[in-house]
Amino acid sequence: MLEASLTKKLWHFTLDVQLKADNQILILLGPSGSGKTTILHLMAGLFKPDEGFIKINDRILYSSGEKINHPPQSRNVGYLFQNYALFPHMTVRQNVFYGLKSKGCRQDGSALDPLELLDSFGVGHLIDRYPSQLSGGEKQRVALARALVVQPNLLLLDEPFSALDRNTRISLRQELKKLHQQWQIPFVLVSHDEEDAKFLGDVIVTLESGQARENSLKVVSV
Amino acid sequence: MYIQMIDWHPILLSLRVAVIATIIVTCLGVPLTRLLARTEFYGKDFLEAAITLPLVLPPSVVGYGLLVLIGKNGLFGKALADMGVTLVFTWWAAVLASTVVAFPLMYQSAKAAFKSVDVNFEKAARTLGASEVRIFFTVTLPLAWPGILAGLVLTFARALGEFGATLMVAGNIPGQTQTIPTAIYFAVESGDNVKARTLVAIITVFSFFVIFWVNRWAKKQHN
Repeated sequence: MLEASLTKKLWHFTLDVQLKADNQILILLGPSGSGKTTILHLMAGLFKPDEGFIKINDRILYSSGEKINHPPQSRNVGYLFQNYALFPHMTVRQNVFYGLKSKGCRQDGSALDPLELLDSFGVGHLIDRYPSQLSGGEKQRVALARALVVQPNLLLLDEPFSALDRNTRISLRQELKKLHQQWQIPFVLVSHDEEDAKFLGDVIVTLESGQARENSLKVVSV
Repeated sequence: MYIQMIDWHPILLSLRVAVIATIIVTCLGVPLTRLLARTEFYGKDFLEAAITLPLVLPPSVVGYGLLVLIGKNGLFGKALADMGVTLVFTWWAAVLASTVVAFPLMYQSAKAAFKSVDVNFEKAARTLGASEVRIFFTVTLPLAWPGILAGLVLTFARALGEFGATLMVAGNIPGQTQTIPTAIYFAVESGDNVKARTLVAIITVFSFFVIFWVNRWAKKQHN
């Protein structure tokens, strides 16, 4: 369960959004420059909002009223960056293990086997490769594994399909939907593509110059 | 034997001065550059200009400035003298001169190197729970390393070749503060062409191979 209300003054407009999702896929739909990535940054703790709150499963990550602001390190929020941001000087294995070596992510002892996770994404055979030796689709799967291996309570995805060709895009869209059903955590996905939004979205929020409009477009799953 | 006629003192001293200056410049320069790249404060432009100034000033001006600071009656020189420390006309003064003159080269290289690192890598590391210190050593520094290495080589080369400021603050005491560049100058002055040519050959060949090796290494890293 994710609940957030965020205000942030940007240089050309003021961002003002209310978001709410159970363990659903929430799509932030809007043209470039409408503040989509900024919203993800605010939720991950990479930027600080001017006002508002962020709550996941009754845990307050940020609240301007109560002066709570957890740093990104302790938010337990997974983030899939637009160009995946895989560390170029590390192998797939090192990338995926990176988050496990950081303290403070784990809430319980149940560790997830990173290698099994990579296998389940179909990239288990690539563990000794460097990101530059991977295709776009493989990079995305590795980046997903890296973000999920720390068992986040929320997954943020910034334009996950923008760097992919059409066929890869369609198959990854289906994989992502399946993945969401397995993980049962809220996904917040940024996109400018209505097709993606209709296919994946349980809740669709359209952004126009920082103002959010919620369309309750319920989508029938495949 | 020709090799036994070579006066090794200036060569060894130059190497020692250049190595120590490079270590100081790296240890101070890299963290300072990172810090300045991260923070905005009033007077930052002023500080940056001051750091870069020795790069464009004639070395004699830097040398004079250092004399004003650490000379017997200088601003810090007096305080140092009270503690029983004299810097001027010791080889440590040569280290200081090389450090000040070479510092801007490291600053500029490291600044460009850090700038070239995509901030998204650091952001990704943050969302994966890594502390800022861990991010610096496992993400930022390795990715900025080629640029910092270039700064390191430039610093070393500049320190090895430092002449003007060194002569003014460290002098030319054979066996004590005489480095390769000052030894060459005074060898030519006194008509000792054999010594001058020998030193010129040594420093040229040495510098050539350092640059050659680093370029090769960088190419290999790149691939």
